[in-house]
Amino acid sequence: MTATTVSRTSSLQRTGRWVGDHVVMAVALVVLVYMFLPIFFVVLMSFNQPTSRLSYEFDAFTWDNWANPCQSSGMCGAVVTSLQIGFLATVVATLLGTLVAFALVRHRFRGRAATSLLIFLPMATPEVVMGSSLLALFSSVGLAGKLGFWSILVAHIMFCLSFVVVTVKARLAGLDSTLEQAAMDLYANEWQAFWRVTFPLVFPGILAAALLSFSLSFDDFIVTNFNHGNTITFPMFVWGSAQRGIPAQVNVVGTVMFLIALGLVLAGSALQRRRPA
Amino acid sequence: MSVAQAGATVGGSLDPRDGDREEPRRRSSRAGYLLLLPGMLWLLLFFAVPTVQLLATSLYDPNGSLDTGYAMTWSFGTYLDVLSQYRDPFLRSLYYALSATVLALLLGYPLAYAIAVKAGRWKNLMLVMVIAPFFTSFLVRTLAWKSILADNGFVVSSLQFLHLLGPDSRLLATSVAVVTGLTYNFLPFMVLPIYASLEKIDLRLVEAGKDLYADGVTSFRKITLPLSMPGVVAGTLLTFIPAAGDYINAQLLGTPRQYMIGNVIDNTFLVQLNYPVAAACSVVLMAAIVVMVLVYVRRAGTEELV
Repeated sequence: MTATTVSRTSSLQRTGRWVGDHVVMAVALVVLVYMFLPIFFVVLMSFNQPTSRLSYEFDAFTWDNWANPCQSSGMCGAVVTSLQIGFLATVVATLLGTLVAFALVRHRFRGRAATSLLIFLPMATPEVVMGSSLLALFSSVGLAGKLGFWSILVAHIMFCLSFVVVTVKARLAGLDSTLEQAAMDLYANEWQAFWRVTFPLVFPGILAAALLSFSLSFDDFIVTNFNHGNTITFPMFVWGSAQRGIPAQVNVVGTVMFLIALGLVLAGSALQRRRPA
Repeated sequence: MSVAQAGATVGGSLDPRDGDREEPRRRSSRAGYLLLLPGMLWLLLFFAVPTVQLLATSLYDPNGSLDTGYAMTWSFGTYLDVLSQYRDPFLRSLYYALSATVLALLLGYPLAYAIAVKAGRWKNLMLVMVIAPFFTSFLVRTLAWKSILADNGFVVSSLQFLHLLGPDSRLLATSVAVVTGLTYNFLPFMVLPIYASLEKIDLRLVEAGKDLYADGVTSFRKITLPLSMPGVVAGTLLTFIPAAGDYINAQLLGTPRQYMIGNVIDNTFLVQLNYPVAAACSVVLMAAIVVMVLVYVRRAGTEELV
């Protein structure tokens, strides 16, 4: 091999690598734009003054939607209902799921395979199947006419549970159990060791699970649609008004949700940077 | 979409058996059962029992009604009726979900690769951008596509300008709109598991490949791609399963000609109130998904997922 061919292949390789590097990054940026486009439109449309109820185009700029978000009748009530269900579902699912996660990681018991399967399956089942199954159950025991707040809550706790178990379990399994032993060597009893050592270390996992549960519950449409009776959550409100024309205020709620979630993520990562766990 | 959403967030832990690894210091006591009891009872009562009830409902006499009550007649014939009557929505669901999964893989793999390997200090920002769509409501985001793909919108007009779209053609109310929406909605579930498995790859393996004179393409094909397969399998499942059951995109971005099986289930259950037929549709959807997932997982050679 002569010197020229060597340098030619290496410069070819260099060009190839440059193209490889930049093409991948360029494709990635295009995909990110695709993922961000709808959010941009949600923010944009929150300032829209639609000329007709069925208009989905940007017609004129206005602050009105932000000034009077509750003007769209029924929307704020639906948001409150969603917040209530989200809060209660999060509390119950996080509590029950955390207990299950502790049992799975820290205890020996029979029927482990069946338990794992029962936790895994709800995450692998399409929502339309879960929602219709629950409706079939409720109506078979004569509750079809009484569906409402409670049945939405029951359903949301059900599908949040598995995600809590998996999230908390991941944190717990990565924990060094010798820390607890060290605490016990220093004469902490089991109770103290748990509350002073284990719990604070697992807490970030529990918090993440709770946030996940809340967002799953707040955003759920399909399962809720089958079991809501006459109760209207925010997604149910959006769905119902999609037939008649979406009020622009819906985009205000969408934008606010986005800002709150973004704020939480940024705050969380700032905390983590200050205090590497 | 909640199921896949959180599934992707917890990406790596899809394996229901991963708790089986015995740890030496596990306590054996009644406390374990007490901790399990409330949560598992909830799942049993509100997930397992309803699934059995769904199966039973699908076999009720389809001539009954909600008011008069249904008799259990073991009418397996309902399944044949359902399969012939709703063949098109069934096939459409599978076809749309497959298209969305393939598109999401083609878009998601480069993005995941860029984040894991090329992003450097932009990694965290890009990851936040991937999960950012979750920060706002699924329905509101899907409705935003109505504005994006609107007939006078910039997407349609630029495609018409480039003659990729006829002057009178539209995007809204077509299969393209529905598949675009499905791909968009489930893309993060593709990206996150692939990212997680790419992130774990020891870059020294790629260097070793280069030392052995592998060029970029070869080392990608022989090292990176095979090692990222668990992420690809998890991502495609997390995209396909919810996409096949979804009916929000078809309803909001399509017309009845684009309706998927989810639309049929929703309509038959909640509008026509024909429970046996609706339940049979649900069971067929679930069965089709289970079969496809099993076949796929066996083909892909990753047995971890089932």
